[in-house]
Amino acid sequence: MKRNRAVNILFTFPCVFAFTMIILIPFFYGLFYSMTDWNGVSEDIHFIGFKNFRYLFSSPDFLYSFLITIGYTAINIVLVNVVSFMLSLIVTSRIRFRNFYRAGFFIPYLIGGIVLGYIWQFIFNNALTAIGDSLSIQALQVSFLSKPGTVIWIMSVVNTWQYAGYIMLIYVASIQSIPASLMEAAAVDGANYITRVFKILIPMMANAFTISLFLTLTTSFKQFDMNLTLTNGGPATRFMEMPVKASQLLAMNIFSTATANRMAEAQAKAVVLFVALVVVALIQVSMNKKKEVEM
Amino acid sequence: MARNTSLARRRKSSYRGQAALGFFVIVLFVVFMIPFAMVVLNSAKTSKEIIYSAISLPSSWGQLFKNVSLIFNNPTVDYLGAFWDSTVITVLSLVVIVLFSSMCAWVLVRNKSAWSAILFMVFVAAMVIPFQVLMYPLVRWMRVVGDFLHLRLLGTVPGIVFAYLGFGCPLSIFIFHGFIKNIPLELEESATIDGCSRGRTFFLIVFPLLQPIIVTVLILNGIWIWNDYLLPLLVLGSNGIVQTIPIAVTAFAGAYLKQWDLILTSTMIAMLPIIVLYLFAQRYIIKGMVEGSIK
Repeated sequence: MKRNRAVNILFTFPCVFAFTMIILIPFFYGLFYSMTDWNGVSEDIHFIGFKNFRYLFSSPDFLYSFLITIGYTAINIVLVNVVSFMLSLIVTSRIRFRNFYRAGFFIPYLIGGIVLGYIWQFIFNNALTAIGDSLSIQALQVSFLSKPGTVIWIMSVVNTWQYAGYIMLIYVASIQSIPASLMEAAAVDGANYITRVFKILIPMMANAFTISLFLTLTTSFKQFDMNLTLTNGGPATRFMEMPVKASQLLAMNIFSTATANRMAEAQAKAVVLFVALVVVALIQVSMNKKKEVEM
Repeated sequence: MARNTSLARRRKSSYRGQAALGFFVIVLFVVFMIPFAMVVLNSAKTSKEIIYSAISLPSSWGQLFKNVSLIFNNPTVDYLGAFWDSTVITVLSLVVIVLFSSMCAWVLVRNKSAWSAILFMVFVAAMVIPFQVLMYPLVRWMRVVGDFLHLRLLGTVPGIVFAYLGFGCPLSIFIFHGFIKNIPLELEESATIDGCSRGRTFFLIVFPLLQPIIVTVLILNGIWIWNDYLLPLLVLGSNGIVQTIPIAVTAFAGAYLKQWDLILTSTMIAMLPIIVLYLFAQRYIIKGMVEGSIK
């Protein structure tokens, strides 16, 4: 028995140790730092209570980033899930080369946000404007990335390109787990394709939708890499009569605050991001519970 | 007769529908692949050619090899070094994550005590914590601990591998936990009766059974670590001795502002290994992604 205990401790130790050092301790430090005047340079750190948080909710750049992140997330949830659901219907149909398409649509997911951000920056700033110039289409001659009104939408398009193939796989797995006889029976009863999708397929896929919505929501909320290399926050715009960066999402706002050595303020922003994600996760869990009761 | 014609008509319209769908999918697929085509096309041009037109075909494909050799022989960014470091960091991190997470998960499943339940809950709850809350306190903490122990944690491979173990283990333990729960206990009991120690039971009996789920854990963590940007940026620094590919790509883009011939070639080289790997291990990668997200 004693030797069993030694094995238990020995086997759990590496993960528990790494987890404590990398996540637990920095997490509690992080909560503490958000209530200090930490600037990343001075070792002299003072506790100042909720002052940072009070300041945040009156600072236009943070409020703007927060709102634009919510908007960006909302667009993504719709766009990514509609596109990936359509893709999943296509690659589970009887179309030729369906496995080839399935494999191809997934490729963008394998490429990191940093790399694909540069690629799409090139496409929007150079390739599309070149098409606009050679065909004299005025709408294309100015890059979409330089217009404050469209830049968030463009980021959603790029995000959809990256994630649609991945979310598609989740929907495909769900569709394949539904017995084909159900769809066939409905077809025999005279239900057309659209009716079958909406009345049978979608209700049967509730679980896949929950997972996909959660994944799109959290990844959009934490979006950073692609934001950095696609737009770097730009172009400039105005909010609450102050200049702000039109496409600076929350994660990037935190990053640029810290780069300016306002570490405690960045930390307070990160805590707000954390609280927002916890709220989302709790809503998610309670919704899952509800569904389980229904079933 | 009437019935026959209606059937024929239905079949005909379904053929037409199939053809329309087939055409639509081809168009969609081409649109999805355009970014890759743009990268390859423009990697084979000189800077001048790209400025002249970003959408034309390259005048000579030989330029592609010239650009590639320019990247590899670049004096400011050690691209080959970044490749090597990225590979070493990814492989080592995956080894420790798979080994230690499976060991930990096994103890948490088999040892039915309150401690196991609490530990498991803490790991699961920690998955909600966004990286942004941890990153700055983590860097500070790693510096403090490193100074105290006279170890270099920041800027070194062991330091970042340890960090990846900490960040990767909660999800990996969660996935292993779900799998190990379904392994019949009788197998281990009979091994114990045969005189096998507890530690040996895990490595000889349980670990080999985990093979399918290990693939899932490897793929989920592998894609993340290979493409990760913020953690290497903070732990290794943007011009440290140890570099990863995403950092090298941003360094390139920073050093050669708007020199798209070089930037795009560097993104092409960054994408190539992961796409080649995907072509060979496609089945496993797709399966791993689906299982990892549904659980």
